[in-house]
Amino acid sequence: MSGPVGQAVTWLNDPLNWTNPGGILDRLGEHLTLSAGAVALACLVAWPVGLWLGHRGVGGAPIVVLSNLTLAIPVLATLTILPLTAIGFGRPAVIVAMAIFAVPPLLATAYTGVREVDPQTRDAARGMGLSGGQLLRRVELPLAVPYLAAGFRIAAVQVVATVTLAVFVNGGGLGTIIGAGFGLGMATGGGQILAGGLLVALLALLVEAVLAVGERLVTPRPLRRDRRRRTPATT
Amino acid sequence: MSLLSAAQPDNPWFSWRYLENNPDRIVGALTEHITLTTQAVLIAALVGVPLAILGYWFRPLTAPILAGAGILYTIPALAVFAFIAPYLGVGAGTVVVPLVLYALLVIIRNTLTGLLQVPAEVRDAARGMGYGRLAQLVRIDLPLAVPGILTGLRLATVATVAMTTIGVVVGHGGLGQLILGGFRANFFRAEILTGAVLCVALGLVLDLLLLAAGRLATPWARRRAAAP
Repeated sequence: MSGPVGQAVTWLNDPLNWTNPGGILDRLGEHLTLSAGAVALACLVAWPVGLWLGHRGVGGAPIVVLSNLTLAIPVLATLTILPLTAIGFGRPAVIVAMAIFAVPPLLATAYTGVREVDPQTRDAARGMGLSGGQLLRRVELPLAVPYLAAGFRIAAVQVVATVTLAVFVNGGGLGTIIGAGFGLGMATGGGQILAGGLLVALLALLVEAVLAVGERLVTPRPLRRDRRRRTPATT
Repeated sequence: MSLLSAAQPDNPWFSWRYLENNPDRIVGALTEHITLTTQAVLIAALVGVPLAILGYWFRPLTAPILAGAGILYTIPALAVFAFIAPYLGVGAGTVVVPLVLYALLVIIRNTLTGLLQVPAEVRDAARGMGYGRLAQLVRIDLPLAVPGILTGLRLATVATVAMTTIGVVVGHGGLGQLILGGFRANFFRAEILTGAVLCVALGLVLDLLLLAAGRLATPWARRRAAAP
């Protein structure tokens, strides 16, 4: 087997490419660390704000505007601009650059999750004497969990996919393998480029699959079909 | 960071001098960006809308088309570049293919959603009036699906404008060339920010243009909104 595919298989078959310093396992570790940091940071910011806005029933329009605005911002711009600000070079800048894009889906789903709670349920809770904070914690938050899980999956898959671009600012991650391949040129690096692309794509699909199962597990059975029907309309 | 800024005190985020000294480079990058984006969205629309119609006519195909689009959408853009670059080399064509792919998925999904939202009564009425499949599509379904198609086009355009920057990996990233070029040229802030601001502005301008085009294409929606 020759050509790029053969080269890619050969490259992936070399155990040293996996275990060397800066090899696949190292890059995978970096990739997952960066992704986890970015998703955690985004959740920390977006969930409290989204739940609270949903609880108060305000801020729906600004959330849509924010989502549309971040769609227009190139990842390359946040990746290159943030290290030159007070954050400084290194992992924190990459993590913040990725978290920016994870916030809108998390925010929107948290807001929708609370808004979709049946008004009668809310009235009943009020009638039982629950305060605003208790209502949010004991009624609205548990009922919003399926939405939070869906938002988490969308955000996490997106982050795992975009962390690949950290290679442009030497931020590490699996994208580095692809970047190094392009550096070698097509003739020698073609296989490595293809192998890197394969690894990144597989990782993204794996994260999607695992989180889809997780989302299903935390979604109460009666809500499952309903959610699936609603998904295409909201995305 | 403090060391760097001490070593380069004169590195502002915005500089008229940079703009005055580099009009060719900036306009060139902007032109390439617009060309790549337009090509990608046009090809994607020409392929995506017919595919969505196929999914609309043959319902068993709807779920597989949407699921396939969803799975493909999960694959990182850089991976798509990695898949095709070894075969297509490092030209502008290598940039257009992944862009088309992503725009395609957004357009298919939204067009299909728009078509499926055509009310069943309207479809029944059209069939009762003797419309054939094609006539119904052209005169009834597609006009009613214009809002969905337009949403798809707008989302795809804005996302494509942002994603075109990733073309720097093969040296054809439009404004991405400015952004990454500035970063690599000793962190030249004015060039980075010029590229970034132009890119966001281009996305928003194209979005507004499409919105206006959509308004013109659906005069009945405005009339309905104006009626008491």
